Amino acid sequence: MQNERAQGWRALLYKEVLRFCHVGTQTIAAPVLTALLYLLIFSHVLESRVLVFGGQIAYTTFLVPGLIMMSVLQNAFANTSSSLIQSRIVGNMVFFLLAPITPWGFFAAYTLAGVLRGVMVGVGVWLAATLLFTPALWQPVAPLWSLIFLFLGSALLAMLGIIAGLWSEKFDHLATFQNFIIVPMTFLSGVFYSVQTLPDFWIKVSHLNPFFYMIDGFRYGFFGIADVSPWISLMVVGVATLFTTWTTWRLIASGWKLRP
Amino acid sequence: MIAAVEFQTISRRFGALLALSDISFQIEQGEFFGLLGPNGAGKTTLISVLGGLIKPDCGTARVMGHDVIHDYLSARQNLGLVPQELVYDPFFTVRETLRLQAGYFGLRRIDDWIDEILHYLGLTDKADHNMRILSGGMKRRVLVAQALVHKPPVIVLDEPTAGVDVELRHALWSFIGKLNRAGHTILLTTHYLEEAEALCTRIAMLKNGKVVALDTKDHLLSRFERITARLYAERLPALWQEREHRREGGAFLIDLARFEDMELLLAALREENIAIDRLQLEGTDLEQVFLKLTGNDAPQTTETTHAK
Repeated sequence: MQNERAQGWRALLYKEVLRFCHVGTQTIAAPVLTALLYLLIFSHVLESRVLVFGGQIAYTTFLVPGLIMMSVLQNAFANTSSSLIQSRIVGNMVFFLLAPITPWGFFAAYTLAGVLRGVMVGVGVWLAATLLFTPALWQPVAPLWSLIFLFLGSALLAMLGIIAGLWSEKFDHLATFQNFIIVPMTFLSGVFYSVQTLPDFWIKVSHLNPFFYMIDGFRYGFFGIADVSPWISLMVVGVATLFTTWTTWRLIASGWKLRP
Repeated sequence: MIAAVEFQTISRRFGALLALSDISFQIEQGEFFGLLGPNGAGKTTLISVLGGLIKPDCGTARVMGHDVIHDYLSARQNLGLVPQELVYDPFFTVRETLRLQAGYFGLRRIDDWIDEILHYLGLTDKADHNMRILSGGMKRRVLVAQALVHKPPVIVLDEPTAGVDVELRHALWSFIGKLNRAGHTILLTTHYLEEAEALCTRIAMLKNGKVVALDTKDHLLSRFERITARLYAERLPALWQEREHRREGGAFLIDLARFEDMELLLAALREENIAIDRLQLEGTDLEQVFLKLTGNDAPQTTETTHAK
């Protein structure tokens, strides 16, 4: 009995995965397509005009890891936040709130489902981009670095999605969170350019953005070159992840918005 | 024996509203218990406390002896709750919904049991339909099925027959009755008094977050027992005209304390040669008790009228 009980969170994880798989065109295929469109347009327009890392890497090649990571982050966030706000508005959260699932179980199930969706979209973008545009990226130079940032970044955004999903009272609130925080932070994190090419002031601003480190660290895994050392990125992203984990955990354990 | 459900001095405030005020009572194992009260009396809040959905400001609640806060895993394992709102997850089919619900309770590969519940609730041919396309009545049945999937000893139904047609209402009653006879403790909230009268053996009435009555159904009825004679006649006997009576339609309604008073009334009618067009005797029903206790003397303002 005790053992069976501890399994409840797995069903919740399964539910979350089944949910986004049932609408896979919208949750996996569409973001992959969006990333490919960015790639197609930006690479076509900018390939011969932008120099990155002193010309060591072609612009299109440079662009791909950033686009992968941007898609990963946005989808990890979208998964947890939209699932939670829908459940809260529809009221079907009651089904698992009545079940013997611990706060840790709830936390783990939602975060992992967000990570999984982020990773699936990321792998989709990587495969498609590699096949269609940049075969060189088939073999990253230091894949372990990319994997670490892939996992930390998607977990961090999945947790932010939980916070946003709990905080929002309606879809409007969630859209505000997404459009005014998540999207600008990901776009301004050096996805489309190396921040070294920016004026001094904007370099400094970029360095305050934790998303910059996720993308820069992830990119390091592909090229072995980055704007800052991957160790610095790891430290910043690690601390941000720990802080977000603690905050999310506290909110869930306290029953905030879940068990008033 | 451990009580199936136990509330001890439960209070809960929402802003200025005292939703529950010092509620204490127990439900024994195997009971069919009714929780009655007008809208906003606190019924749903109270069972939400039992399900761990709402935290009480003070007091404790237990399911089969397990505290719903400190021992919530065991408490929830023992409780099946059918929520009042018609909620569902639009992403899944009926079968997926039930499998997931079982999974939340750590149960896997229990399709035989799921098939059995589907059969009992007349959902077998809907098993692979998406929840979205089911009618309201069917969604209601799925909610009941979800609450039963982990075979809980205590089943709470929050107004299960609200907005349900007569046929399904009777099907649900007979199904819940069957569960009770099989040993499940049932806690039913309702404002259909007919429902409580037909099913429950013991009843608590809530008003403004307080328990205003807690007794067996029979005691409650006898406490307020009286007989009403509904007499259709040209006029009342002279002596009886001074007694308290009401007019309703073409009838005189006279409250009688005892059956013997009936003989006196008949004798008086005979004596004055008043022809009786029609005469009916009416006993107390739960609705009258309810109105008396909750102080709502205007039946049209309660939803009890369409239960008749």
